[in-house]
Amino acid sequence: MSHINWEEYKASGFYDELIAADGKPRPEAVRLCQYLANLDARELQEHKTAAEVAIQLMGITFTVYTEGTMIDRAWPFDIVPRIIPLQEWQKTEAGLKQRVQALNMFIDDLYHDQKIIKDGIFPRELLTHSVNFRPQCVGIKTPHNVWAHICGSDLVRDKDGVLYVLEDNLRVPSGVSYMLENRNVTKRVMPELFASGQIQPVDDYTSQLYDMLASMSPRPGDDPSIVILTPGIYNSAYYEHAYLAQQMGVQLVEGSDLVVGDDDCVYMRMVDGLARVDVIYRRVDDMFLDPEVFNPESALGCRGLMRAWRKGNVALANAPGAGVADDKVVYAFVPKIIKYYLDQEALLPNVPSYLCMFEDDRNYVLDNLDKLVVKPANESGGYGMMIGPHVSKKERKKFAELIKADPRNYMAQPTLALSTSPTLIDHGMESRHVDLRPFILSGESTFVTTGGLTRVALTKGSLVVNSSQGGGSKDTWIVDVDGLGDQPGHSQRAGN
Amino acid sequence: MLMASAINRAIRREQETSMLSRVAENIYWLARYIERAEDTARLLSVNSNLMLDLPRSTQLGWAEIIAITGHGELFDELYPSRDESSVLSFICSDRRYSGSIISSLSAARENLRTTRDIIPREIWEEINQLYLGVRDLVDSGVTPRKRDAFLNRVIRSCQTVNGLIEGSLSYTQVRTFLMLGRQLERADMTTRIIDVRSANLLPRSPGELTPFENLQWMSVLKSLSGYQMYRQHVRLRIRGPDVLSFLLQNRNFPRSVACSLERLANALTTLPRNETALNEVETCRQHLADAEIPVLAAEPDRLHAFVDEIQVDFTDLHEAIRQTYFNGPAEMSQQQSQ
Repeated sequence: MSHINWEEYKASGFYDELIAADGKPRPEAVRLCQYLANLDARELQEHKTAAEVAIQLMGITFTVYTEGTMIDRAWPFDIVPRIIPLQEWQKTEAGLKQRVQALNMFIDDLYHDQKIIKDGIFPRELLTHSVNFRPQCVGIKTPHNVWAHICGSDLVRDKDGVLYVLEDNLRVPSGVSYMLENRNVTKRVMPELFASGQIQPVDDYTSQLYDMLASMSPRPGDDPSIVILTPGIYNSAYYEHAYLAQQMGVQLVEGSDLVVGDDDCVYMRMVDGLARVDVIYRRVDDMFLDPEVFNPESALGCRGLMRAWRKGNVALANAPGAGVADDKVVYAFVPKIIKYYLDQEALLPNVPSYLCMFEDDRNYVLDNLDKLVVKPANESGGYGMMIGPHVSKKERKKFAELIKADPRNYMAQPTLALSTSPTLIDHGMESRHVDLRPFILSGESTFVTTGGLTRVALTKGSLVVNSSQGGGSKDTWIVDVDGLGDQPGHSQRAGN
Repeated sequence: MLMASAINRAIRREQETSMLSRVAENIYWLARYIERAEDTARLLSVNSNLMLDLPRSTQLGWAEIIAITGHGELFDELYPSRDESSVLSFICSDRRYSGSIISSLSAARENLRTTRDIIPREIWEEINQLYLGVRDLVDSGVTPRKRDAFLNRVIRSCQTVNGLIEGSLSYTQVRTFLMLGRQLERADMTTRIIDVRSANLLPRSPGELTPFENLQWMSVLKSLSGYQMYRQHVRLRIRGPDVLSFLLQNRNFPRSVACSLERLANALTTLPRNETALNEVETCRQHLADAEIPVLAAEPDRLHAFVDEIQVDFTDLHEAIRQTYFNGPAEMSQQQSQ
């Protein structure tokens, strides 16, 4: 590893999160870039090693299950944070709140009056074909009329520098524990940079989560019994389930720990006997929640859970059926959904999406196959994905036929040039593609994490940020640029 | 269906003071596995100590160690003969034998994974390191030459874990179930180690026995770290009946059976619905008190029979704990069977 010279850093034509097109650090990244440039090769290596040791010591892992053996892998982490200026983040935060509020109103409407369908905004046939719509949930009243209490939305920045929402995860989004642990690791490795107080803290999440879950309790009183329901140790996010339980001081339960009584209330089996459960933060998919209603083979859930929920004796976060709003078709409608329920324009742009079921869209897609990514529009149909610019003419022709034969099963989006961020690899600093997953909590009020989890594709040129496929993550800093002022001198001192 | 009576009994507890039955069971087994790894290492070190003290001409019976594990059949399927290196390999490093040191540590580690939310991080780290270290040692082969270093490493690390538990875990039910598992396993393993004495490790012809008898008892004491304590408590030379009484009935030495049972009983008294389990403890204690020590010390066959009987008591005690705390209320099993 060699000493860092930012002038040699190349973002190769993509928008870079830290370094502007002129090769100079962006204002919010000046301090960090100076700090890093002041480290010699040995110090840089020490920083990297310190992070690895911290991760091992803190036991931050994710689970990979292959060939019958469970492997706990150390969490892949890059010490160079990704930085977003506070002002931009505040706009993003407002956009996320608006989006999730509208999505929750949409879900609640679908399970009650379906006004949006009656008013001709959302086609009924799309609902009929949705694999995530749960007829079992029709008519159910949820606390605060919210269904997706915890949402993780994936944001990407295109070459124009604009942050787009790529998708909303409304079922059981994961990653928030790594966002929190990344900050802990960074604080251990580069404590000097936190001294000025310009980096906004992230550690409020678990108490916000606790308060939100508590606010859902069906029983009055200020000490509700909250549990996290995990599928168990073989789940890839088990570390996170245990982490959140530990941080909130609540029980981590498995389906077999729960039982629903004659009174349609949920209890957990304790050493002292049975104890009533008020709120379940479930990290088990809908279909495995209750063998009485969903998959009868499921051993991950609890028989009678839906009965108890329907009667209002227990609160579930996220509500079963919330996933109806996170498929690709609904995604295309989000700007209209925001307009319909809130009478506002969407603050955060969607990636333009073309649904082939509509004639205009279909014609556009067929004319521009070489520029578009074609995807199956819902999980039940479609035959894989086609990245237009990367495939042969013959392949495009094949997809044109498929689309014409069954237009409802296909949608298309332009290919995005994902932004990059400087990443420390074995021999120095190189650019790698990143995305961002903020988490949004919706209860009585709405809370957005400060930044989110930045995932990075560690392989050169790769766009795959998934940790099981060579992805890693970075700490995400929301920085108050206006407060920077007299920093260079401070940074010099910190580097020595 | 869950009965109304069970619901009526369901009282909201402070979450700090009660724990999930499943987690309690994991914790209990975690402690048993750690103790089992340590005591298995101690069992092997009985022979190890003896070898240092005995004349070279004396043949040590490694085969008897296998008999004590109660898994002779499995061993014979896997190994051609009961020689030293096969026995070491079977007991230290064979994953096909669930009671081997590596299997015990592996099981302890898996149990810990599911309880990471309630066990202090340092404890996870120590067990994780021990497991990885032992795995590496095992991969390079536990040869007779490396045997003592290996056994000492295992014993030391298990003691470190117990020290971490002592110094960093709050006095809650988590600690109570760790204590139950540890003390029951320890009592059981101490009787097995005593059984080494009865298992004819040495030739039994009366003429040969006498000169080495005391050496044998001394090695049992040493493997249980009890030699010094014995000298302080008993203040006599090493004599079979005294050693046996010390290891079975002494109420102050932490590895004696009576002491383990007493600490187990103390832990039980902090739990609700403890009547059945406490009765079983009482049965064990009565059995110990009634032991005819001089006869047992003199007649290996009687001692062996006694150890068998008291191990049945331990099994009953384990069952009582399991039924009371890990299975949930009786109505539950009805519910599950539907």
